[in-house]
Amino acid sequence: METEFKSDGRLERVLRSGRFAVTAELNPPDSANPQEVYDAALVLSSVCDAINATDASGANCHMSSVAICALLTRAGYAPILQVSCRDRNRIAIQGDVLGAAAMGVCNVLCLTGDDISVGDQPQAKRVFDFDSIQLLRTIKIMRDEGMFLSGRKLTAPPRLLLGAASNPFVPPYDWRPLRLAKKVEAGADFVQTQYCYDVPRLRQFLKQVCDMGLDERVYILIGVGPLRSEKAAEYLRTRVPGVVIPDKIVDRLRKTPKHKKREEGKRICVEIIQQVQEIKCVSGVHLMAYRQEELVAEIIEEAGLLPRPMQPLARDSDPRARPSKRRRANRDGDQ
Amino acid sequence: MNPGSWLQNYPHFLEILYLATGRLLSFFDPLVSRLGYDRVDRWLRPAEELSKRVIFDCRMCGQCVLHSTGMTCPMTCPKNLRNGPCGGVRTNGHCEVIPEMKCIWVMAFERSKQMPAFGSEMMDLQPPVNRQLEGSSAWINMLADKDSQLPAGWEEASPRRFIKIEEIEAWKPSLSQTAA
Repeated sequence: METEFKSDGRLERVLRSGRFAVTAELNPPDSANPQEVYDAALVLSSVCDAINATDASGANCHMSSVAICALLTRAGYAPILQVSCRDRNRIAIQGDVLGAAAMGVCNVLCLTGDDISVGDQPQAKRVFDFDSIQLLRTIKIMRDEGMFLSGRKLTAPPRLLLGAASNPFVPPYDWRPLRLAKKVEAGADFVQTQYCYDVPRLRQFLKQVCDMGLDERVYILIGVGPLRSEKAAEYLRTRVPGVVIPDKIVDRLRKTPKHKKREEGKRICVEIIQQVQEIKCVSGVHLMAYRQEELVAEIIEEAGLLPRPMQPLARDSDPRARPSKRRRANRDGDQ
Repeated sequence: MNPGSWLQNYPHFLEILYLATGRLLSFFDPLVSRLGYDRVDRWLRPAEELSKRVIFDCRMCGQCVLHSTGMTCPMTCPKNLRNGPCGGVRTNGHCEVIPEMKCIWVMAFERSKQMPAFGSEMMDLQPPVNRQLEGSSAWINMLADKDSQLPAGWEEASPRRFIKIEEIEAWKPSLSQTAA
């Protein structure tokens, strides 16, 4: 991979150093109080390298991803901006990405987005002006070519690490590695997968990915998460699009006595992380603990992933820290 | 279900039909350009819409990529995805949005394996849809070179295929079956 950093963020530095990266998902509040974002981020920040700010996941309305990222960067956290194609057209998306980069966001995750029909407002209009691959390529054009999709120049291009999602656990299985290849081609620097509860299927997928040489071009983070009970598992796999949980795991939870279910769900998650760590081309894990953030720290500790590398944010090329044109001219003159 | 959809089970026949239509159209191109693309668009549109809707459930996006998507119309995907399936496909291969419909990309992938001429174009990066062309004739847009106009930025970073799908194990077997 190229030696020059694409972003100014911590995540890229951790990934490049070859350390096992950890990212976690922040559950966005249904509130206008910024303190709720900070409270949710506080439990995650010390145990992970970047925090995903979801963009109305499951098509349910929450505080917007850009706003959460803005709050998080103010407090010095490293967020990953999630952008889905469901709610905004190409004009809004490109504007949001520029704005987020200006506020210090260093990572963007490009998603197609869950359909409106599964959310709390199924009456809404679907946008889907882009698909996730076109979105990836558009942001790559903004970053690398320094222009909008229309060709209009940007005075300062955003410096972003581009992420994509991948779901190896749903059909067409043979197409999934090829779709990842398309995403890498479109510009993905890292990939976060859907919840992984089926490690053999993941191994098969990753083998195909490695055969294509994709592991040398993209960092792969595996999505994991604790299950609260067999009921939660049943809800996830029937109501949330794209989540596959084998019966074996649901049965294991069902057989556990009631007061130990939470503990058992956590243990399953830790076991999956440990199995995933053994796979050669995996660069990290992505923890999605919906309404169980307090478990994230315990899981990461029990999986032996602490302490996290505390790298200072490289700020050399932060546009806000750049000297004015006049001073820059003077400095260049001195050299 | 559209009455001609059974024809989609013969993707190799359809890709030959696609080639033939392309040849026929370019043969008449000098005539069409003399008559004016806009005028012929008005005449041709109903015929194109009828024939494509009967077979492919065409949505008249005006920039046909059928041959690159396994002879399956990507605009029939409820999310209008042109670059492959989303992550919400159900384990039985059905659509996330319409549970009783089979995911069109699951079908497209199977069909592309039986298309020796254009099947490998499944790996092409499809540019964003030009919504200005919606409702117009894709045939005329092809002759007038309107459908191949990319956004300026996209052209700068022009798409290229770095993986040859022909060499991928999962894709190979059925292709050789068709050849035999």
